[in-house]
Formats: sequence, structure tokens, C-alpha cells
Amino acid sequence: MNAHDENRIKQLLKQALPPVELNAEPERDLWPAVLHKLDADAAQRHAVPWFDWALLGGLAVFAVSFPATIPVFLYYL
Amino acid sequence: MPDGSSTVPGTMLQRFRDGDLDAFEALFREHQRPVYGWILRIVRNAAAAEDLTVETFWRIHRAHDRFQPEYPFGPWARRIATRAALDWLRAQRPEVELTAEMAGALPSASKGNPGIAAEIRSKTALAFSRLPPSLRAAAVLAVVEEQPHKEVAAALGITVGAVKLRVFRALRLLRKDLEMQGITP
Repeated sequence: MNAHDENRIKQLLKQALPPVELNAEPERDLWPAVLHKLDADAAQRHAVPWFDWALLGGLAVFAVSFPATIPVFLYYL
Repeated sequence: MPDGSSTVPGTMLQRFRDGDLDAFEALFREHQRPVYGWILRIVRNAAAAEDLTVETFWRIHRAHDRFQPEYPFGPWARRIATRAALDWLRAQRPEVELTAEMAGALPSASKGNPGIAAEIRSKTALAFSRLPPSLRAAAVLAVVEEQPHKEVAAALGITVGAVKLRVFRALRLLRKDLEMQGITP
């Protein structure tokens, strides 16, 4: 591709995709959305995953079903 | 943000690094517009640019303890914004890729030459949408938006030489695509 071709493609690209104006700004205040995302992230971080609850439930069922195994488990903890 | 300068004092940057939410809000208020504008230049979709601005500042907040207050905030934010925009471009399916209509709906500095055939504009936009995201970002920032190669390189996390190479590859692929669509540049 020679320099002429390169310039022509650049020109086509600029005409197809006009540059964004310098002072473009969002149509709404985005700070509430940022705060909401931070809160949601914090809540998710402190939430106990479902797998942990399932594991705990399974252990409880097992302990109720086979109470004799509890001392064995405690010994190995 | 083009020069990365900031009116936020150094103590504010240190407070942000320490996790102070008020300092983070002050930085957000100062930088949301340039970050939004930078993302809009890459993704060329106003609604997506707003969402990605939120995503960018969320990532910035998560990474606050890795920020070095002796360096300017602007370029650091722009790097994170660029990564968020590239992630978005990579996640797009072909049917929601950039179209000529979307390009025309953006707040533009100039609406382009009205004499150019709509068909050529449309086919060029289509060809551009088929480029790999990393080439699209380099080409749109360096060629369309005429950002200095040094700034584009810093935002993309690559060298100036790599930016020039990406732009060259993008233009070459565009030419091939246009030729396949029956347009000889």
C-alpha cells in the first residue's frame, strides 16, 4: 500500500466516522450509578456463596443422620 | 485530560489512594467528562460510553490502592478506560457492531463531507466494524480523532511503533475489505 492509498483510506475513514466533538459529555450524572455499582460490589463481596450454604446444609444433614461420626470429625479438625 | 493535568491537589490523590470516598468523588467529578469522551471515541456509542464510564470508575475504585499519587491521575484513568472499552468491543456480536447510522448519530465535530456517497460511507463503516478491536481502537484514535501517537500508545499500553504498525495494518485490512465490497480506494 503506497502513501496515496494510505491517505485515501484515511480520508474515507474520517468521512465515514466523523470525529467526536471535544466537549462531548454524558447526558446524565453518572455518580449515582457509580455509587450503586460500588454498593452492589460490596454487598456481593460480603455475601456467602450458595455453595458454602449447600456444604453447611449437607454437613448438618450428615451429622443428624450419623451422629456417631461427630466425634470422629471433631478428632480430625 | 489530554495532557493528564489535574486541578486535584496531591493530598487528594493520596486520600483517594487510602480509600477516601470523598476524594474519589472529587476525582470523578473532574475526570468523568474526559473519560467519557475518550471511551466514546473508541466505542462510538453514547449509551455504551456512559455505561463504560461507570464501569471504568468502578475499576478505578477497586484499584485505588495500586494508584501511585506521584503520577497524574488522568493517564492512569485513560488506560483503565481503554481496557474497559476494548473489553466491550470484544464482547460485541456482529449484529450490534458499529453501523453508519450509529456513526452519524454521534455528537460530531463535523458531519463530514455531505458530497460523499452514503453507500461508500456505509461500506467503510461496515469494513471498520469488522476490524479486530485492538486495530479499531488504534485506528480510530490515531486517524479519526487525530490523537498524538504517544497518548494512544500510553492508553493502549504499547509502544509508539506498535501504534503505527496497528494503524498501518488497520488501513491495509480496510482497503482489502473495501475492494471486496467493490470499492477501489
